[in-house]
Amino acid sequence: MSATAPAAAGAPANLAEHFPEGVAADTRKGYEGYVVGAGQLLQVAGAIRDKLGYDYLSSVTGVDYPDSNQIEVVYHAFKTSGGPGLNFKVQADRNDPVVPSLVGLYPGAEFQEREIFDMYGVRFDGHPDLRRILMWDGFAGHPMRKDWKEPFFEEDLKPFGSRWPGGDVRRSEELDPFGANVQYPPDFDPYEWTPETENAIYKLMQPKADNGNGGHLKTDKLVVNIGPQHPSTHGVFRMVVVLDGETVVDLKPVMGYLHRNHEKIGERNTFLQNMPYTDRLDYLASMSNNHAYALSVERLMGVKVPERAEYLRVLMVELTRICSHMWAIGFLLNDLGAFQTPALYAIKERELILDLFEATAGSRMMCNYMRFGGVSRDLPAALRDENTMDFLRELVVNRLPYAIDELDRFLTHSEILRARCIGVGVLAGEKAIAYSAAGPLLRASGVNYDLRRADPYSIYDRFDFNVCTRPNGDVYDRYLVRIDEMRESVRICQQVVAGMPTGGEILAGKPQYNVRVPAGESYGRVENPKGELGFYVVSTGKTNPWRYHVRAPSFVNLTLLGEMCKGHKIADVVVILGSIDIVLGEVDR
Amino acid sequence: MIDELSNPDIPVPDELKASVTITTLDKIYNWSRRSSIWPMVFGLACCAIEMICTAASRFDISRFGMEVFRATPRQSDLMIVSGTVTKKMVPQIVRLYNQMPEPRYVIAMGACASGGGPFKEGYNVVAGIDKYVPVDVYVPGCPPTPQALLHGLIKLQEKIDSQSLRDVRWYKSETNEPVPVPLLGPDLVDPRQYQLIKQRAMQAAAPAEA
Repeated sequence: MSATAPAAAGAPANLAEHFPEGVAADTRKGYEGYVVGAGQLLQVAGAIRDKLGYDYLSSVTGVDYPDSNQIEVVYHAFKTSGGPGLNFKVQADRNDPVVPSLVGLYPGAEFQEREIFDMYGVRFDGHPDLRRILMWDGFAGHPMRKDWKEPFFEEDLKPFGSRWPGGDVRRSEELDPFGANVQYPPDFDPYEWTPETENAIYKLMQPKADNGNGGHLKTDKLVVNIGPQHPSTHGVFRMVVVLDGETVVDLKPVMGYLHRNHEKIGERNTFLQNMPYTDRLDYLASMSNNHAYALSVERLMGVKVPERAEYLRVLMVELTRICSHMWAIGFLLNDLGAFQTPALYAIKERELILDLFEATAGSRMMCNYMRFGGVSRDLPAALRDENTMDFLRELVVNRLPYAIDELDRFLTHSEILRARCIGVGVLAGEKAIAYSAAGPLLRASGVNYDLRRADPYSIYDRFDFNVCTRPNGDVYDRYLVRIDEMRESVRICQQVVAGMPTGGEILAGKPQYNVRVPAGESYGRVENPKGELGFYVVSTGKTNPWRYHVRAPSFVNLTLLGEMCKGHKIADVVVILGSIDIVLGEVDR
Repeated sequence: MIDELSNPDIPVPDELKASVTITTLDKIYNWSRRSSIWPMVFGLACCAIEMICTAASRFDISRFGMEVFRATPRQSDLMIVSGTVTKKMVPQIVRLYNQMPEPRYVIAMGACASGGGPFKEGYNVVAGIDKYVPVDVYVPGCPPTPQALLHGLIKLQEKIDSQSLRDVRWYKSETNEPVPVPLLGPDLVDPRQYQLIKQRAMQAAAPAEA
């Protein structure tokens, strides 16, 4: 964790040697990587991609440093052939931050750069469509800046002082003049003001419908809005589509309808307080989210997780993967028009897994199970007992494999499923990498990239399992990859149940509510059911994170939605969306 | 069922007991409404997943006559606000509520919909849907288990049972005004608060002029 860390972490060459001008190793305590001058960014990033082989830009995010009057944009690039990553940053003046856009080199940066623009006000030169993404156009301010306060602001950092000063309860609503979570600029006069936010996206899409295919002929192109309240958008997701007849000409996702300010709240919280919030990101895979966050903080703290806790973590995470894939397959069929019946079959066994979670962690969905250095609870005594491990063994040896086979038998060769899915939403491997796609979406395009193998974490190197890939990159292959992955997860679970040490510690050290994390930055990532989930955490050595960023796979995967839908029928849009398997809690955060 | 509905105060001749029952209009009206509440297909966040589980085979919401989830507000009786209400989403929710025909009911499912929950302090979060639409039943939990949601639905049935044709609002002569749809400006703008917003702005500007 010093200036020499990048070389030790396996970076192939010293970036500062390649570029004596404008590139310097980041020498701040606990930081890694390089600081690149804004003028050199495009050149350096081009070399990182083409000469050094870092073809996969995982995460782009911003960090606000008001003390040095800078906003830093942080990039994490990796190789799809595996191995550790390269971290480089650009610093921009806080008063007028401008950074060259990397969308030309790494198209997967498009939405992430828009998010930084929205949250920090950084303008990206050369970005094709720089608009707000999570908040609406016209919103006042850039909320992730450290000096921007929300209307219900109480104190900078938690834990807060008493909410009962003098014995009286004090509600946030009573402190705000409007009795609600709102604030307005001092010169705002509602009578003089006309709202126009709804029109911005239509203004953008309308020209694409106007210059029709027939020159002077009248054409059929239409701009159609789908969502945010729509039965098949998997939550509050919205798309604006340009249609020629029934064929999609262009499509833009509109999101932010579930933007719950995870990152702003996360920077007020203490490190441990963020753990239950991670549950609510991808709410179908809370255990996986816990794992990614725990890994990124543990990396800074340098704690070693006890053996039994590692086994418990892998068990829970793999069961979560089965749950999530079951859900994805069931509701893909919903999107195909097989309303409810396949979904009911698919989520039947999920209930058993949730029972195990509830018995162990105390909650069905929001498990809040992992801690820095281990897990919060052991399996319940009835399960821990050698003679009564039957429930777990029965689950992973008999019931889950049977349920997966059943789905496979009912669905895989179904005439309708094949007709609707084969050749729909095709995505080539190179394009998937360029757009930073992750998870089953990437592997169904023939890219052998699974973090459990490519950049092993926890104890995955001990287990025998295959990385599932399929060559065609269509909806059908994504479905097959999910079926295959569930089988591999069952194999891992079987090995965990067989090899789990019977006793021992489940948490390193004594339980602590307020951990002090050494200063520095850390990027921890895991293979979530939806793809690569990363947490970028910056600590200043205190008990609250300075920066808490979530690299959400569903969010980044959506960058490709428009590309995949072009040329298909409107009914296929819903299917393609279902095959990406988004969860809105994670898309909007 | 006949026992449940019959009004014991009025005697029925023995020979007619198998085919005739006497009840009040209120009872039969409420009984038919409580046994066929159609919720809207409307999921906001995490709670929606538990709502789907409630509708799935293990918990089986159709035991209460509520399995007919409708994809349009025009055919729904019940809106289950299942998840965090954000400022960006609340105009749509209010619009959906306005589109539902009477009699209509709202359940605030979970901590977020009831009062903001863990995300209350967030800048894009509305601290409870009851700031905009009237809520009939609040279901606590984060998320509430399917059992908790079913309990909330049973409470709603009890509420329906206690209503009377004589004083329900949808048969009153005065018309029901729709809830004003909030607008997205520099922050969420509630049309009911225009006067207050203007007033505060003038107050804020006054010391600067002095």
